[in-house]
Order: sequence, then C-alpha cells, then structure tokens
Amino acid sequence: MEKSHFELVILGAGPAGLSAGLYASRARIDHVLIEKGAPGGQVLTTDWVDNYPGFPDGISGFDLIDNMTAHAKKFDVNILTKEVASVELSDPDSKRIVFGDGSSLTCDALIICTGASPNKIGVPGEAELAGKGVSYCGTCDAPFYRDMHVAVIGGGDTAVEEADYLTRFASKVTIIHRRDELRAVKVLQEIAFANKKIDYVWNSQVTSIEGDKEVERLQLVDNDGSTSTLEVQGVFVLIGITPNNAILPLEELKADQWGFIPTDAETLTSVSGVFAAGDIRSKLMRQIVNACGEGANSVIAAEHYLKSRSEN
Amino acid sequence: MASDKVLQLNDAEFDSAIGSDQPTLVDFWAPWCGPCKAIGPVVEELAEEYEGKLSIAKMNVDDNPVTPGKFGIRAIPTLILFRGGEVVDQITGAVGKTQLVDLINKAL
Repeated sequence: MEKSHFELVILGAGPAGLSAGLYASRARIDHVLIEKGAPGGQVLTTDWVDNYPGFPDGISGFDLIDNMTAHAKKFDVNILTKEVASVELSDPDSKRIVFGDGSSLTCDALIICTGASPNKIGVPGEAELAGKGVSYCGTCDAPFYRDMHVAVIGGGDTAVEEADYLTRFASKVTIIHRRDELRAVKVLQEIAFANKKIDYVWNSQVTSIEGDKEVERLQLVDNDGSTSTLEVQGVFVLIGITPNNAILPLEELKADQWGFIPTDAETLTSVSGVFAAGDIRSKLMRQIVNACGEGANSVIAAEHYLKSRSEN
Repeated sequence: MASDKVLQLNDAEFDSAIGSDQPTLVDFWAPWCGPCKAIGPVVEELAEEYEGKLSIAKMNVDDNPVTPGKFGIRAIPTLILFRGGEVVDQITGAVGKTQLVDLINKAL
C-alpha cells in the first residue's frame, strides 16, 4: 500500500521545491515532493540564465534544472509525479492533499512552491488564436517564426530577453509596451537597444488579436486614444505572471489582491505549519536565486514546527 | 525512461497511423521545449493507462516539418486527438493530466 501520511509535503518542483526537497532529505525529514509533470517550472522556458551565482558563463534553463534534479535525486529526495486537485487546511493537525484521481494523502507540515505562470492579456482573439500565432513562450515557439515579423507585448525582463531571443529566427520583432520606457534590468535593455532587428511601439496597448486561421494583425490603442493596426504573423504575450493558486484555499492563506501567498520572514503563512517559497510567495522580486533560498529556509522553519509539535 | 507504449511518428507514416478506427492522441514536441519536457511523464502515463483503447504517439517537430505545418501548429506542446483520420479536438501548453483525460474522453 502506498504511504498516505508524511511529516512534510512540498508542492511543486521548480527551484524552490527542489531546494526544499534537498534540504528536507538531508535533514532526514519524512517527506514527499509532488509535481504534476517533470521538474522545472518556469526555468524550463528560460533559454539562458545569466544571473544565478556560480555560473559565470551562464547556464541554460534546461541544464540548470537537470542539475538541480540530479542533485535532489543524489540525496534521495522522494519525488511523486501526480496532479493535485486541491489542498485542504481546515484540520490543523492533518493537512490534506487531494489528487486529480480522487486519492489523497495527509501531512503535518506543508511547503507550497507551486510557482506562477505567464499572464494572459485578455483581449478578443487571444484564446481563439492561442497556438496559432499567440504564444506565451519565446524559447518554445521561436523556430516557428523563421523570417517572419512578430510582436512581443511587455517591457519587463522576460519580454525583453525573449524579444532578443526571437530575433535569432524572426526577421523583425516589435516590442509593444504601455509605458515610454522598458522596465527590464539595464543589462537586458542595452542588449535590446543594440539589436537592429527590434523596434518599439511605446505607450500603447493591444486591444485585439485578429486573423482568419492564424494571427495576421493586432489592433493597438495608444495612451492618447489613437488607434492603429500592426501586421504581424505572431504575438508573444509576456506581461508578467499569475500565481498557480487554483488548488489552494486562498481565504485561509489570506492571499493578497493578486493571489500570491503572504508569509513572514521565515516563510510561514497565516496557517500554522504551512509555508510558502518561490514565486507563489508575496514579495518584491521573483528570481531563481531567491526561490532557492526561500525553499531552503522553509524547510528549516518547517523542521522547527515539526519539533515543537512532537514536544507538545 | 521512454515508454514503449508511446509510438514515435514521422512525416512519412503519419497518415496511416492516425487513420485507424482506434483514436490516436499525438503529442507534437521538440527537444528544446521546456513545457514539452514537463508534460512528457504525463503522456507516458496515459499511454500505459489507455493501452488498447487509445494510441498515444509523439512527433518531433524538429525532425518532421511537414505534418506540423499541415495542422497549423505554431506553438508546442500541442496535443491533437484524431479519430479515423479526422481532428476531434486539440490543446496547447503544459496542461495537467485532468485536462488531457477530458480531451481523450471526447473520442472514447
């Protein structure tokens, strides 16, 4: 029979979850790390990681995750591949994880590392043309746009980085941004401004994505209200992230207005014995480097909680 | 740990593979694609669970440019469900197992 109770459950195997798993296993905590597919999270859609310390020449997102997974497995992290349907926290002594197939398991402490996913823009045509010219992942879909003109919506790190990556394939990339300057880190801005294949539509938003069977054009409106049309064969929507919180009891966890989970400095949420680490956490900056740190921190905090329980 | 229950399709044998009466789910993927990698274990699991009722196949779009073009695939992973050579439905992105099961049930 499969084990149905663990001292510690870690939900999600991105950098935060894999780090938590590593620290939990080395601390000999009875644990399971649950992930619906292969480990990785958003790093898997990152072409190149240049800001993770210890890799002065950078490392591909794929290789970094392979290394983290291998590292976790070397220390016998118990990884379970299963889709979670819901998390029930009403009984403080037995947190319950319910799976898509109806089965469930319980735990004493829980670390939520479910991460985040790309935002949708929410305009007409987006859903209809998803996968037919509307994309949320430049590194996945760029090769389909060889010698074509594509648009990138957004002005943050991901948008600017992926716009530069897209120019390896596309003939022209137009960044559409609602402000008059990019929000991306300066080093990325420098790369983008030096790239002759990238041009910009400032102070503008997309109001609809149009095309018969595939994306053909975008309708734009600028901050003064004037409208225009941009002919493109693809559009990459890279306007920030939305928390992966559909399985979580948001009221009990006192989710913030965007759906992220607030914690104290030690990653404890509003529910005793429940911790959050990585992109799902309410915070200023979402990077691999702090996701890993929070993952490690959450295990030590969970260990204290488990000890205090057994002493009572 | 590739499952031997998952067929590896190429452009040449595609039409005959999806023409059978038994429905076929084809996972269009590429080695460079992270979400494709993430969804891989789920596709393998479904191949085991639906053996005898549904064929599950993968097509590497890097090695096979013709078929993805024919179906207008511009994002991966895209999973298309076929029955008798016709498209029943399709889904794009690293979706969960529940969503894939819902898709499969449309052809069973």
